[in-house]
Amino acid sequence: MPAIISIVDLCKTYDTGFQALKSVNLTIERGEILALLGPNGAGKTTLISTICGLVTPTSGTVTVDGNDIIKDYRLTRKDIGLVPQELSLGAFDKVWDTVQFSRGLFGKSPNPAYIEQLLKDLSLWDKKDNELMTLSGGMKRRVLIAKALSHEPKILFLDEPTAGVDVELRKDMWKIVNKLSDSGVTIILTTHYIEEAEEIADRVGVIAKGEVLLLEDKHTLMNKMGEKKMRIEIRENLNAIPDSLVEFDLLLDEEGSALTYMYDTNAEYTGITTLLKAVNTAGLTLRDIKTTQSSLEDIFVKLVEDDV
Amino acid sequence: MNYQAIKVIYFNEMKRAWNTLLQTIASPVLSTCLYFVVFGGAIGGRIEEVDGVPYGSFIVPGLIMLSLLTQSISNASFGIFFPKFTGTIYEVMSAPISFFEIIIGYVGAAASKSLIIGAIILCTAGFFVDLEIQHPVWMVTFLILTCISFSLFGFIIGLWATNFEKLQLIPLLVITPLVFLGGSFYSVSMLPPVWQSITLFNPVLYLISGFRWSFFGVSDVPVVTSIIMICVFLALCLSVVWWMFKTGYRLKQ
Repeated sequence: MPAIISIVDLCKTYDTGFQALKSVNLTIERGEILALLGPNGAGKTTLISTICGLVTPTSGTVTVDGNDIIKDYRLTRKDIGLVPQELSLGAFDKVWDTVQFSRGLFGKSPNPAYIEQLLKDLSLWDKKDNELMTLSGGMKRRVLIAKALSHEPKILFLDEPTAGVDVELRKDMWKIVNKLSDSGVTIILTTHYIEEAEEIADRVGVIAKGEVLLLEDKHTLMNKMGEKKMRIEIRENLNAIPDSLVEFDLLLDEEGSALTYMYDTNAEYTGITTLLKAVNTAGLTLRDIKTTQSSLEDIFVKLVEDDV
Repeated sequence: MNYQAIKVIYFNEMKRAWNTLLQTIASPVLSTCLYFVVFGGAIGGRIEEVDGVPYGSFIVPGLIMLSLLTQSISNASFGIFFPKFTGTIYEVMSAPISFFEIIIGYVGAAASKSLIIGAIILCTAGFFVDLEIQHPVWMVTFLILTCISFSLFGFIIGLWATNFEKLQLIPLLVITPLVFLGGSFYSVSMLPPVWQSITLFNPVLYLISGFRWSFFGVSDVPVVTSIIMICVFLALCLSVVWWMFKTGYRLKQ
């Protein structure tokens, strides 16, 4: 099946001269959960806002399900739900009314049964007659999600949905995202919490300074970029690394009782067997061996640093 | 056309007036009563007739116009400024809805509210003075055209304004003086000759004059001029709004 969103050479320069997007090319697959990572000001929100129609692109094209976002905006927008970063809600509207309003805006006739189920799924049912200003921040976030889903979109954008949200709500939110994903909704989210992307996304994109630095299947990415560390703890206290072990580029900790070896899991030859033999030959006594794999966070920090 | 969207915007805006029903109805009724007490009773007692019309009745069209203009502008400007201010406008902008449909929703609601207020004032005035309406069809036409064009004007102000001060600036510093100096409470012929000529530059004069003609058959300027002026203003507002639509002014970056 063709991609659900296809972005080609998308550029955006604001009136201030700030170039928020520099020729972005991105293909979003049907039904996937794509996490966009990037530091503040990387262009994540501009990218999302452009697809949703809030920002006019300077050049380039975006198609949603084969339709151009500018020429066929009615077709593309009706399939998209957006949960913005800010808690932008009116003060005096009631939960039920504001969700109904959103559904109408997107051209759908009222469907009380659907809205009822939606509010129940989001634990908002008992708050349906509350005025929005009386709700807590977490509840407001839920209302924004309900509004975004009110017109049964095929694509859902979540712009930093868990910023300033407590642990419980965050878990709830990922449950909802998974459920939506199971029902076939394509989900694009931006986040600062890398462990979230690691936990929930199928693919991860890294954006910095208006460019997509990387877009990869999460597991492939972790494997590809995944550097492994092996920490060899020994009973002896060394002052320096023995000459016979110099070739392995080991790091000795301050106490002189642990050696760290870095290797690439994807390399044909990891060098582990040779190293362990050499350690044995050098007369060192092993106490423990630990391996750790770099997280998405390390990968992300490395990518962004390289770019800077 | 996204009729659902127009419907929800329109009724959402109307609901705001409904929620503040007392204010919506009581405020124009009260201010009309006050004007009648002060201008009609206290001052009007000393003025017999203006252009052959008793002073109390003479001020009714001006009073209605005064409220219509200020209400249309404040309703429409606030209606679009507030979602812009709170950020909820993102939803309207990301919906499958054209700018034209957005305007029908917001401006239509603002104009409807003004029209209702105009009717309320007219009824209230009926308690104080005898009203005769010589050209009812034209009266309603003037009423509707004024409501629509000044609601459009308010919509433009609401889009242009980036803070509350700007939102109040034009209604307060431009519209109110123009209405008061546009012959709401007097006939232009009562002014010294120099001011009579200067007043001709006031667009509101044409509105009030034409509207008054539909009541009493007397006017400061020819009624055709009034109709042309209001159509020109309407066309002007429409072109500004069209330009805003083309450029995404203050709504899209």
